[in-house]
Amino acid sequence: MRKICLTVVGMYIMLIHAFSQVSSKDTSSYKPKKLKFEEANFVSSYYNQSADKSAVMGGRTDSKGIADVTDFANGLDIKFVGWDPKGRKNSITAGIGVDYHTAASQAYVDSNGTARNYGTRLYPTLDWTIENERKGTEFGLGAYYSAEHNYYHSVGLNTSFSKKTRSNGEISGKLTTYFDQIKMIVPAEFIPVDSIKSSGTAAVTDSIIYVTTASGRTEALSYRSGQVISQGTKTEIPSKSRDTYSGSFGFSQIINTRMQASLGFDLVYQTGYLGLPFHRVYFNNGKDTIENLPSQRFKFPVGLRLNYFLGDNVILRAYYRFYADSWGLLSHTASIEVPVKITPFFSISPFYRFYVQTAARYFAPYAVHSPQEQYYSSNYVLSTFSSNFFGAGIHFSPPNGIAGTGIHELEFRYAHYTQTTDMISDVFSLSLKFK
Amino acid sequence: MMMKKQRLIPYCTIPIAGLLLASCIHVKEYQKSRINDSEMSLSNRKVEKNELNAQSYREGSSGANAGKTGGGCGCN
Repeated sequence: MRKICLTVVGMYIMLIHAFSQVSSKDTSSYKPKKLKFEEANFVSSYYNQSADKSAVMGGRTDSKGIADVTDFANGLDIKFVGWDPKGRKNSITAGIGVDYHTAASQAYVDSNGTARNYGTRLYPTLDWTIENERKGTEFGLGAYYSAEHNYYHSVGLNTSFSKKTRSNGEISGKLTTYFDQIKMIVPAEFIPVDSIKSSGTAAVTDSIIYVTTASGRTEALSYRSGQVISQGTKTEIPSKSRDTYSGSFGFSQIINTRMQASLGFDLVYQTGYLGLPFHRVYFNNGKDTIENLPSQRFKFPVGLRLNYFLGDNVILRAYYRFYADSWGLLSHTASIEVPVKITPFFSISPFYRFYVQTAARYFAPYAVHSPQEQYYSSNYVLSTFSSNFFGAGIHFSPPNGIAGTGIHELEFRYAHYTQTTDMISDVFSLSLKFK
Repeated sequence: MMMKKQRLIPYCTIPIAGLLLASCIHVKEYQKSRINDSEMSLSNRKVEKNELNAQSYREGSSGANAGKTGGGCGCN
């Protein structure tokens, strides 16, 4: 009897103990984290070019066709990262770019070569992405703005999406659009006359004339009865629009433990004023005019990348691109880069790129175009040529940064570029990553 | 003949890509030490950014390299 009682009491105590656990609140659920600084990237480049056959002077090969350029380009972007209540990673990247350039051909916007030959471009960017690491998806929105002397402004918008596949791959897509306003600065000898009204029986016309001054500014001179009645320096300069719509699509795949590849293509449509108002064309009869190009252009580039880890210290990075557009221009690009890891944190990367293109159907050299042609340009960017681009870079990324400076990655590159259009250039680039 | 050769090259890109895809093997996370190396990234280096811009200004083609495809500047 005592055993039965003790047994029953013991079972009762066990039952009570089983249900005596205090159900604690689930603390494993994710708590949102505020945005915090992730990294900053600074890229600076100096570009120096020697060339002739400038588009401003219609492809002339004499001293007036000089196309020497220097460009000092700098960009800084800062990235912040945070997590939302659903555990998704949010990234906001704010960037600013400032370029300063000198262009010898720009001086010949005035036919005497006294127009301003320098300019500055400012272009801020803002991007937001949200990543669901569990689903392997990422969605993004971005905005871009650019302003420079001879280009009123450009506004860009983009949206992107990517998804990882189950077989170590990733598909991605991006839609981008740019709305540009081109300031119609024309060479001084092509003065557009905007007649307000004619004076009837008088021999002169009331008008506004835009003149490109020696400093490169465009001024408006208002005439009445042949006399200048006002001279404004802040007059509204006419502009024309250029819109660009592009869709970029890509697929990347890990092939094996040493190789991965990607295939990408773009579909691009441009409409509006697709030339530049200060590019001259000289006809075969000695007359000159401003280049005239179609108001639509379709572009189709497709590119293939292949990276292979050879041995323990050498990587092969190969790239090929085919390009075709509705102006008849075809091109091929092939490049190879071979990073050699001297240590796990320091590598040297020589590279070589070959490019070849056939001319657009609207291109002809200096004094070849006929006045009967509907479209014409002597901009050698649209001509037949090939180019070589080669150099080397160094990459330094110690795990704890460089000597306490906050710099976690440093890259420096030098490249030499030559075109069969007699253009030669050198570019020095520096990239720093701060964390 | 030259034009035919030029047009043939891009068509070769697709079967080459297909052959690569057909030779894929499943790679586990612990086997990705080489794949995850920063130099193996399939994107452009940040230091190349201004080089790509310079090329798009001086050449008639652009795109398919995560750079500009056109617009946004007084270039192509």
